[in-house]
Amino acid sequence: MSVEEQRLILKYADEPSYTNDIACYIKHGGYEELKKAIQLKPEDICKEVLDSGVRGRGGAGFPAGMKWKFLDRKSGKPIYLICNADESEPGTFKDRQIIHKDPHQLIEGMMISAFAIQAKLAFIYIRGEFFEGYKILERAIEEARSKNLLGDNILGSGYSCDIIVHRGAGAYICGEETGLIESLEGKRANPRIKPPYFPAALGLYQCPTIVNNVETLCDVKHIIAMGAKAFSEIGTPGNVGTRIWCVSGHVQKPGYYEFPCAAITLGELIYEVCGGLLPGRKLKAVIPGGSSSKILRADERFKGKLKDGTEFDWGIEDIPMDFDSLAAVGSMSGSGGVIIMDDSTDMVEALANINYFYAHESCGQCTPCREGVPWMKKITTRMCSGNAREEDPQMLINIADQIAGRTICAFGEAASWPVQSFVSKFRDEFEAKAKEQELLRKQGLETSKETTLI
Amino acid sequence: MDLKQTTLDKIDRLVPRYPDKRSAALPLCHLVQEDQGYLTNDSIEWIANRLDLEPINIAEIVTFYPMLRTEAPGKYQVRVCRTLSCALSGAYKTCKQFEDAFDCKVGSTSDDQLVTLEYVECHADCGRAPVVMIGEKEYTGVDSEKAADLIEQIKNGTVETE
Repeated sequence: MSVEEQRLILKYADEPSYTNDIACYIKHGGYEELKKAIQLKPEDICKEVLDSGVRGRGGAGFPAGMKWKFLDRKSGKPIYLICNADESEPGTFKDRQIIHKDPHQLIEGMMISAFAIQAKLAFIYIRGEFFEGYKILERAIEEARSKNLLGDNILGSGYSCDIIVHRGAGAYICGEETGLIESLEGKRANPRIKPPYFPAALGLYQCPTIVNNVETLCDVKHIIAMGAKAFSEIGTPGNVGTRIWCVSGHVQKPGYYEFPCAAITLGELIYEVCGGLLPGRKLKAVIPGGSSSKILRADERFKGKLKDGTEFDWGIEDIPMDFDSLAAVGSMSGSGGVIIMDDSTDMVEALANINYFYAHESCGQCTPCREGVPWMKKITTRMCSGNAREEDPQMLINIADQIAGRTICAFGEAASWPVQSFVSKFRDEFEAKAKEQELLRKQGLETSKETTLI
Repeated sequence: MDLKQTTLDKIDRLVPRYPDKRSAALPLCHLVQEDQGYLTNDSIEWIANRLDLEPINIAEIVTFYPMLRTEAPGKYQVRVCRTLSCALSGAYKTCKQFEDAFDCKVGSTSDDQLVTLEYVECHADCGRAPVVMIGEKEYTGVDSEKAADLIEQIKNGTVETE
C-alpha cells in the first residue's frame, strides 16, 4: 500500500503554474467533458452516474445517481440544481480548495449535471464567510458565459442554463439540504420534514430539485471523462472514487489529502501522510468525519462484520478510510473532516467546545433540539468552570438520547452523537472530573481551572 | 436611507435573476449591510418594500443569520474562529491576546470604536488553524506572534481587510 496521494479532483490544484482562470483550465483539457456530455442523451448521463456508484461527499454518503433517479420528471414543473457549497461541518475544508483553486471544474461538473437532469436553472449556495470564493466563482461564471459554456443555448446544443451564486450568512443549518432550500427562498433556514419534502419531488419553490455537494459535482465530470466502469474501479465496491480527507488538530502536517476510497488506513493517514503527532505526544482520539461523527478512542478494538460478511478486528490505526469501514466501527466518514486529538486534550473541554457550537447553530424549530442542545452545552460548560455535579455525565447521555431521532432534520443526531460517544467512551474522565469538583466544593476549595478549549 | 448608486445598480441587476424575488432577500441584506455597515429598521423596511414583502419577513432573517448585524461595528471587525480544530490549535489564547490588546471583551466593540471582536464558528480552513478574519480578509495560523503583528497593523491602520 502506498501513501503517495492519488489526486483526481485536486489533480492540478496545487501545481505552482496552475491558475484558476478559464484559459488555464481549458489548457488542461477543461470543458471537454461538457462538450462530450451535450452530445449524449441526458438519461444516458444519469445512467452513467448511477452505474458509477458514486456516493455523495457532503456527509450522508447517499448514492448520487439514486438521488437523481428520484427526480419527479412528470410534474411538468421546472427542475433546479443546487450545489451545496455551505461547507459548514467543523473540520471540513475540501470544497474551499476546489472553489479557490479550480472553480471551473465545479462549473463544468455542474453544467454536465444540470444538462443530465435537464435543470432550468442552477445555484451555488456558498457560505457567507467565503468572501474570496464568492468573487472567484462570480468571475469564473462570467468567463464561462463569455465562451458560451453556460447561459443561453450552450455550445449550440439548444440547452440553456445559468448559474446564480447565492451567499449564505453564517448559519450551519444551511448545509442541511432542505434548510438550504428554505434559505434560498429568502426565509429562515428551518429544515423541512421528509416526507413529503424530499427535494427531488418538492424542493426549491416546491419544484423538483437536486442538491449535491461541491465534490460530488466534480466527480460527475470525472465519471463522464473516464466512464462509469473505470470510475467504479477506483476504490472498493460500494466505496468508489477518491475522497479528500481534511486533517486538522494535533498532527505535524494538517491539510487536505486525496486518496482513492480505502487506499489508506487511519493510521497511515495520521503517521505517514500527516507526519504523525507532535513530539512526545500520544494519540488519544479521532473524530473521523466532521464534528458530528462519533469519536473513536485510540485504544479501542473494533470488531464486527462488514456489509459483505467479512469479519474484522481492527485497532484505530487499521481502519480503512472509506464510507463502509468507518460506518462499521460505529462512526462515519461524513464530510471527510478528520480531527486528531493527542493526550494533551481534555475530553470534557473538547465536548464543551462541540456543544457550544451546536447550541449556537440549532435553528430552534424542534423543541428537543432547541432546548436540549443548550442544556447539554450548559452542563459541559459548568463542568469546565468548576461547577460539575456528580450526576452530570449520565444527565448528558439522558438528554442526548431524548434529542436524537426526535427532530425534523439530522441536526438532532449531529448534536447528540458527539455527546453520546464522548461520554460513553471517556466516561472515566467525565466522572472523575465531576467527582473531583464535587469534593473540592464540599471542602470549600477552588474548583475552577484554566481551560484551553472553551 | 441613502444607498450608493453602485449598490442600487447591483440590486436592480440581482432581483430579476431569481424566479421568485423573495429569494433576493438574503442577498439584499448583504448588499445593504455592505453599503451601510449594518441593518437598521429603515433598511429592513426598505428591503421589504423593494421585494414586496412585509418588514417582518426581513426582520426574521436578520435575526436568524449570524453575519447580519443590527448595530454599527467598529472600524475593524475581528472574527476569531473558536470551533474545535481552531481551539486545539490555540484559538482561545489568540482571542485573549486581541481582548487584552484592545481592552475589548469578545462579543463587544472597543470604547474607541476601533475593533469589534467576535467569536465565530468554523470557517472551513481547519488545516491552517487558528483562523482569524479581519473584515473580509482571512488570516490563518494566527499564533501569538502573528496575532501581535495583526494587532500592530490594526493599531497603525495598515491591516488588509479584503
